[in-house]
Amino acid sequence: MSYTGWIILTASLVGLTCGLIGVFLILRKMAMMADAISHTVLLGIVIAYLITNELNGPHMLVGALLAGLLTAVLIQWLQTFNIQQDAAIGIVFTTLFAIGVVLIATSVGNAHLDVQHALMGEITFIPFNTITLPLVGNVPQATAMLIIVFFIVLFFILVFYKEWKITSFDPALAASLGIPVLLMHYLFMSLVSLTTVASFDAVGAIMVVAMLITPAASAYLWTDKLSIMLVLSGSFGVISAILGYYLAAWIDTSISGSMAFATGIVFLVSFIFSPTHGLIGKYIKPVKG
Amino acid sequence: MDDAIIKVNHLAASYRRNTVLHDVSFEIQPGSLTGIVGPNGAGKSTLIKTMLHLHPPLKGSVRFFGLPFKKVKKRIGYVPQRGSVDWEFPTNALDVVTMGLYGQIGWLKNPSNLHKKKAYEALDKMGMANYANRQISQLSGGQQQRVFLARALVQDADLYFMDEPLAGVDAATEVAIMTILKDLKDSGKTVMVVHHDLQTVKGYFDHVLLLNRTVISHGKTNDVYTKENIAKTYGGDLRWMREEQTHVVHSIE
Repeated sequence: MSYTGWIILTASLVGLTCGLIGVFLILRKMAMMADAISHTVLLGIVIAYLITNELNGPHMLVGALLAGLLTAVLIQWLQTFNIQQDAAIGIVFTTLFAIGVVLIATSVGNAHLDVQHALMGEITFIPFNTITLPLVGNVPQATAMLIIVFFIVLFFILVFYKEWKITSFDPALAASLGIPVLLMHYLFMSLVSLTTVASFDAVGAIMVVAMLITPAASAYLWTDKLSIMLVLSGSFGVISAILGYYLAAWIDTSISGSMAFATGIVFLVSFIFSPTHGLIGKYIKPVKG
Repeated sequence: MDDAIIKVNHLAASYRRNTVLHDVSFEIQPGSLTGIVGPNGAGKSTLIKTMLHLHPPLKGSVRFFGLPFKKVKKRIGYVPQRGSVDWEFPTNALDVVTMGLYGQIGWLKNPSNLHKKKAYEALDKMGMANYANRQISQLSGGQQQRVFLARALVQDADLYFMDEPLAGVDAATEVAIMTILKDLKDSGKTVMVVHHDLQTVKGYFDHVLLLNRTVISHGKTNDVYTKENIAKTYGGDLRWMREEQTHVVHSIE
């Protein structure tokens, strides 16, 4: 595949995976949690690197997974001391992120891992770092990792579809029916961590939040059905990725920045034109009192 | 007599460092319809949540059918306060009712047509059949409460806990809900309801539990729902409009 092809495929996978996970982040009112985990997985990556001295897929995934779970557990734990959730998130993620930054600066500073890269990502370099897979041949490592994570996320969403729905809508009822609400919460946090770390190389820690939240928030404006919201959100993610790439090529700027900007455009269009929740829709057909 | 279906012994619970409930003990007989009545902050919702393990107890024990909660989960239905969920959630009325069956459906399976049919019948019972495919944010407060009731019905439990099912609903819904509660009682189910309207207690419930951080009085409505007990529960700050049943509670903190 061409250089451009790999970049667009990788960006689309980021948009698709983040779009799916983002739907539940929005419905569980956990957008801030995405922000937290997108930063703390850096600590997981750094520690994985310190232990294995390698920066490849499986180690990074495991490191990020553990860091994401640690974040979720610490936030849950602080809340048992009557600390507000938003404050708990703020305390935990800045602390863990800071440790990651300090470790990069003191112990692992080199060409492969730096703070700038972790925050902004660099999708243009992705096609240079390939691995050879049986049958398909050379594939960029980041792309291969995203494909795996996409299927993991899709698998868990489909298998536990009704459990995600009920624990998002009414956790008290779910608990009274015997569904392990807290376990589902940690499983979900694990999926967010995996998605984030897989998207890291491409878009970095800051832009991944845009990819997680904005397509899902846009999809929310178009539909009243969860399954359609998932499809729309994934599609919006892919559209934003492709739109972002050509925008970047056109005005010669950062691809990840343009992708995040494109999600903003998709949201703006939804916000204005959505038939039920949009500005124009509300103007034409005022909400009944 | 030892045929109580619920036994609560010396239950205590706290909420944000304040002890809300202390030394709560009572027994509920099967087939009773009990109103839990008390002022704001008396711990009515906390009592239900603590009994159902949705809120951690400080001490005490709760037994249902002589067993701990975990073993009898499937026989208990819970109707949370309407305001406890986000009604903007992308789903419709039928889907919300079907959620009541998720425990029975089990892992890795999707609701079948049979489950959908059951859910539809429960909606129909609540007079909501025409709204089955309506997005839940488009329903009125009373209709949303009917959906919640339908969801509880579909669980086909033996024991029901309902948190303020009559709060903020229209008159027609109130009648519909009370009809269903009486049906449940007549078919041998046991129901406990958090209730806020003192004027209707006598007409609605055969048992009443007067609660203000602990049990003030509990028993048959005719025996314990007296002026003295109500005054004791509400701290005496209660003005009787007429000497019979109508009265007004002034807000107290």
